[in-house]
Amino acid sequence: MVELRRNRRLAKGVSIAGVGIAQFGAFPAKTTRDIFSEAVQDLLNRSEYGLNISDIQCGYIGNFSADRFEGQAHLGSILSDWIGLTPTPFTRVENGCASSGSALREGVMAIASGLYDIVLVGGVEKMTSVPTMEATDNLASVADSLYEVPAGFTFPGIYASVAKAHMDRYETNLEHLMKVSIKNHHNGSLNPKAQFNMPLEELMQQRIDWAKERSAEIPHWNDANEFLNDLMANPWIAWPLRLFDCAPITDGAACALLVSSDLSRHFTDTPVNIIGIGQATGRPLHDAEDLTSFGATRSASKEAYDMAGINPNQIQLAEVHDCFTIAEIIAMEDLGLFTPGDASRAVDDGRTSLNGELPINTSGGLKAKGHPVGASGVAQAAEVFLQLSGKAELRQVQQKGLNLALSQSVGGAGGTSVVTIYERG
Amino acid sequence: MLDLNKSFSSASFYEYLINEMLMGTRCNNCGDLSIRPRPICFKCHSQVLEWVQFSGFGSLSTFTIIAIPPTIMVNRGFSRDNTYCSGIVTLEEGPRVSGFISGVDCNNPDTIEIGLSVKVDFSNMWEDLPTVMFVPR
Repeated sequence: MVELRRNRRLAKGVSIAGVGIAQFGAFPAKTTRDIFSEAVQDLLNRSEYGLNISDIQCGYIGNFSADRFEGQAHLGSILSDWIGLTPTPFTRVENGCASSGSALREGVMAIASGLYDIVLVGGVEKMTSVPTMEATDNLASVADSLYEVPAGFTFPGIYASVAKAHMDRYETNLEHLMKVSIKNHHNGSLNPKAQFNMPLEELMQQRIDWAKERSAEIPHWNDANEFLNDLMANPWIAWPLRLFDCAPITDGAACALLVSSDLSRHFTDTPVNIIGIGQATGRPLHDAEDLTSFGATRSASKEAYDMAGINPNQIQLAEVHDCFTIAEIIAMEDLGLFTPGDASRAVDDGRTSLNGELPINTSGGLKAKGHPVGASGVAQAAEVFLQLSGKAELRQVQQKGLNLALSQSVGGAGGTSVVTIYERG
Repeated sequence: MLDLNKSFSSASFYEYLINEMLMGTRCNNCGDLSIRPRPICFKCHSQVLEWVQFSGFGSLSTFTIIAIPPTIMVNRGFSRDNTYCSGIVTLEEGPRVSGFISGVDCNNPDTIEIGLSVKVDFSNMWEDLPTVMFVPR
């Protein structure tokens, strides 16, 4: 038996040298390729030293289900052609909602292997082209279609079951979940690319205007808390999760330019190095070791922390996969950032707010920035890049010596988890 | 007569289920039990497995009340005004299984307790897709 290497190391340094983000939202007139191109254009327009698109040697694109949402498969070829990069090799990566988290990892490995020096990683999802019920069906396909879906489980339903188990064990309550949502909506209001680039108060006013236009009964709320506690405004999706516990259905794309670290300063004065990355799979919830925790996140983060040679308590900022509010809470615990049961209290105390001790989801997270599922992993990396390079504008974290950050991308309910650790270059 | 020679496949699992048997596999090497009948033992990776019948008794480990159902459940008559309960049941033999939980008050989820004693129920099987269903004991 050969001796296997347990402590995985990247054979070569890999850096992010630029990012691009398309506007997130609902765009009936845009197709997958249009949205992806918008992200690539943003990368080119932000580039400091005139990035030449033909310098890109290889691409990995996360996409969950353009085949179901739009009838378009084989996105590697389609997207390479659309941005004028043929015959450069492009590969679509599908890992459910972690698709571009995994595309990022493929790109890192492509450079670390020595095969390439300049790789484009990205993700795209066009979701609003189908009715909500069809989108619900498509999303449910990330769960086990033979053993979870026949029991009536939807995707929100599986996370709702995690929430119920967490509430039962740790006294997490609806108020804690609501605090995650309020925090992320606040951050999203400061992110011009977010689907909800507005305070909750503005959403409330929209509802009131909508009722006035239709001569319906005009609702009244004194504040966002009252709004979120009104089951007419914030109805159950899958008890104990309500509408504002769930990330929206979103069209969007993001991309990042990965380069060999020795080349990074040819592209930017503020590179961000990827110093640890791990990926793991997990079992469906009914066979998970623990109903309040994702083993895949624990395994992937251990791999990433070991590779980076750091401890969780050194992380200063994190973008985590808050497809549902409860997902942010268990991510905080599984990543070792808070002890199990303490994450809810940390949110409650504002410790994860924009200027708290450990800001989480400064972009607005999947909840408020939007969740074009195949794009979310790279969109997180883009936010980390902007924060570590001091380019996050209105939502820039003010912490002195901001140096180490983490992102976590999850597929399904813990079926896949990708954890990446970044250091300011 | 119980046919124990079916292949270890999902088709076999659901064939048993429509014949009112909750079946799974036991590993002949390590004894691990599994509801989902895979050809390789999850624990020790042995390929020597056998079918076993589960009693169908267990307890509710977690659950949700679905207000926005998928197409398959809409076709079965469920909606925001007619919600239903899906849950995870820990069987008395140990393994857990996802199931439809019937006979609970979906309008008052706070009355449904974690740990609720349940048993498998074959009396209301949908014909479109067989479903593992439980009722309170």
